[in-house]
Amino acid sequence: MIGRWMNILTAGLITGLWTITVAAQSQVDFQTPQSPVAREVYDLHLIILGICVVIFVGVFGVMLYSIVKHRKSVGHKAAHFHENTTVEVIWTVAPLIVLVLMMIPSTKVLLLMRDASSPDMTIKATGYQWKWGYEYLQGEGEGIRFYSTLATPRDQIEGRAPKGQNYLLDVDNPVVVPVGKKVRVLTTAQDVIHSWSVPALGVKQDANPGFIRDAWFKADTPGVYRGQCTELCGKDHGFMPIVVQAVSPEKYTAWVAGQKKMMVATAVDPGKQWTLDELKARGAKVYSGNCVACHQATGKGIPPTFPALSGSQVVNGPKEGQINVLLNGVVKQGKPTAMVSFKHLSDADLAAVITYTRNSWENKTGEAVMPVDVKTQRK
Amino acid sequence: MEAAHAHGHAHGHDDHAHHPYGIMRWVTTTNHKDIGTMYLWFSFAMFLVGGVMAMVIRAELFQPGLQVVNPDFFNQMTTLHGLIMVFGAIMPAFVGFANWQIPMMIGAPDMAFPRLNNLSFWLLPPAALLLVVSLFVPGGGASAGWTLYAPLSVQLGMGMDLTIFAIHILGMSSILGSINIITTILNMRAPGMTMMKLPLFVWTWLITAYLLVAVMPVLAGAVTMILTDRHFGTHFFNAAGGGDPVLYQHIFWFFGHPEVYIIAIPAFGVVSQVIPAFSRKPLFGYTSMVYATASIAVLSFIVWAHHMYTVGMPVVGQLFFMYATTLIAVPTGVKVFNWVATMYKGSLTFETPMLFACGFLFLFTMGGFTGLVLSITPVDVQLHDTYYVVAHFHYVMVAGALFSALAGIYFWLPKWTGRMYNETLGKVHFWLSFVFFNVTFFPQHFLGMAGMPRRIPDYALQFADFNMLSSFGAFGFGLSQLLFLYVVVKTITSGEKAPQRPWEGADTLEWTQLPSPPPYHSFETPPVVK
Repeated sequence: MIGRWMNILTAGLITGLWTITVAAQSQVDFQTPQSPVAREVYDLHLIILGICVVIFVGVFGVMLYSIVKHRKSVGHKAAHFHENTTVEVIWTVAPLIVLVLMMIPSTKVLLLMRDASSPDMTIKATGYQWKWGYEYLQGEGEGIRFYSTLATPRDQIEGRAPKGQNYLLDVDNPVVVPVGKKVRVLTTAQDVIHSWSVPALGVKQDANPGFIRDAWFKADTPGVYRGQCTELCGKDHGFMPIVVQAVSPEKYTAWVAGQKKMMVATAVDPGKQWTLDELKARGAKVYSGNCVACHQATGKGIPPTFPALSGSQVVNGPKEGQINVLLNGVVKQGKPTAMVSFKHLSDADLAAVITYTRNSWENKTGEAVMPVDVKTQRK
Repeated sequence: MEAAHAHGHAHGHDDHAHHPYGIMRWVTTTNHKDIGTMYLWFSFAMFLVGGVMAMVIRAELFQPGLQVVNPDFFNQMTTLHGLIMVFGAIMPAFVGFANWQIPMMIGAPDMAFPRLNNLSFWLLPPAALLLVVSLFVPGGGASAGWTLYAPLSVQLGMGMDLTIFAIHILGMSSILGSINIITTILNMRAPGMTMMKLPLFVWTWLITAYLLVAVMPVLAGAVTMILTDRHFGTHFFNAAGGGDPVLYQHIFWFFGHPEVYIIAIPAFGVVSQVIPAFSRKPLFGYTSMVYATASIAVLSFIVWAHHMYTVGMPVVGQLFFMYATTLIAVPTGVKVFNWVATMYKGSLTFETPMLFACGFLFLFTMGGFTGLVLSITPVDVQLHDTYYVVAHFHYVMVAGALFSALAGIYFWLPKWTGRMYNETLGKVHFWLSFVFFNVTFFPQHFLGMAGMPRRIPDYALQFADFNMLSSFGAFGFGLSQLLFLYVVVKTITSGEKAPQRPWEGADTLEWTQLPSPPPYHSFETPPVVK
């Protein structure tokens, strides 16, 4: 009997020690705030937490005192009072006053947080299942647009390779912003609701399909700030991170110049004739960035929501049909399906990925679809 | 008093004979005690099903990376865990308490509408079946979270349709049950049992039943709109057709916030019976408790959008919902102060029901504090949809509602079965639950503050340690509940005989007027309450 209790006690102690060790090593606080709003929120939380701790100590002090002193086993006889109007009025009114006081700083911080007026630059963030698209709408860098997808390899996620330092928090193209500039972020979405969140910058704003909302931040210091989509958006909700890279204004100008140069370079001559292999190679990249999450690397999909491409009638049928699916999405019985339109991709990318799917797995059409084919069908 | 007692006894033995035996007894029963028992067993079964899903979730989250299930199935688990625990486990458990206790506590022979009562219960198993079966249809179960936000829920496979129908049926059951409870309390009280003499548990259920009647139709409307968006060409939640996805959230949370109190208020009621009994002192501030409960219920209708601070509503709207939400802290605070004042200068003993009630008081208040933190809009924006919220509502739902239900089971089990449970095992069950609960959910506050989003099957490496700890706690918590099953079964089969009033301080009618176990039909002649 004693042995058993000793075991339980030991297990309890080990659990307790483990908890303390983990707590000592891990982060038990907000991420270090890196923007004016995040700093205000951090301080506000401390005030509220402080008030809670004081009330906690007061209430449970009395409870603990009663538990120790007013036990039957120490011979305490029960008193019989069960009402006291004065006390009840006090403990109704006092919390009310504390709450009103709490509302003063809370209101101030909220008004600051929601004031996205007169920004230095504006970026539109569009949520897709499951990646982010960015467009620099106004300010330095206007016209830059790109997609930002998870850069962590599948092998790390599925345990075939050791996990890297920024596991699940790394993207191919981060959002680059200058420090000290007020950046307004407009959020919207293509398919379902997503949420654009970067904790260190104090931003979280839902991205609702068909509507535009805004938020803002101003990064204090250069650095890389990471966040994740925070509104459940389907299967790969956990795999669409957000990375904001804040750089000095000079570096930002250089980055903008680099982006502009690249945009010119990647603008493909629409009449160019591609070889099958060129298209397949480019298509493989487009596929892994846009299609693999649903249709899978094997092309077998996850039926019935995400149908197989391997052996598919559409993919092995006339190319016009497949181009139509990619440009317009699939609508069944009047409602959109998970296959949304991919018309935001370039003609070259669409032609490449179509060619890739028509010549991979069980599909052996041997056919190359040219960018010009897509261009003709694009309306 | 003695006469009433003997009278009840005699009838109890006679009436058994008129009823069918075996399975048909349970299918056709209109007896509030039988139906209460079925509700409680049903809810325990659902608690285990939902619990297994929680174990799957925590197993996947034990380490970073995908090991146990794929992301889609993970989302089905979080969705069904939530739906089953809320609609299948917690709500039916408290309806079970209502069935057993309300007639006995107000001196009524049964519920007002016994056949309706039978229907209310028997609607539940088909609904539960739909939810469980949905996992096995093409496309799997609903995976949009228990909140079923559009447009994601419009995208899913037929599992979502089954879920919608399950919610319709569960809603019908709740509404019928509530009508029955309201009518019983208003019309069937024994002579002298005035409203302000009602045991607080009865008061809390009266208020809860009104909440249910008010909001279950709203939920039914919301999911029906999803159904028509899915299949019948409407565009309630589709901007392209003139709708708005955020409209769904407004409707859902107009139901969803009162729902939180539908779960919490009966829990307050149970605790308000248990704490005075083991403090051997009347409940402090009975009148203010009744008013506080009613104010919480009323306020719960004007705070819904605090679940939606990040959808981008106008700042004036955010301010209104922040102010209204913090107001709820006042009546909730009054309740906590009253419970502590009841214990103060009492003559306390700590049998298992009291342990669970104290555990409730302590942990529910912690959930209240994190609730206060979350009510502050700018802070909530930082914490919204992170594990901080997961920790917060499990402190309120598990340490609040579940602990209170367990307190109630240990408290009334001797009355219901006529047998005592094993006190040592009961206490071991409490301490295991208390410790493992905190090991599971306390670290989740830290995860949320550090920025870990909820509803993700895989996470960044800096969250690994706390997640492993949390999973370890969850497995412990899950296993501890099997001990509870053992304790209950052992009590029923071979517990020691319980006296009529095993708890010195318990003074409601079921303890003072009825033997343990009470006769099959109690209070056929109403007692007179002075």
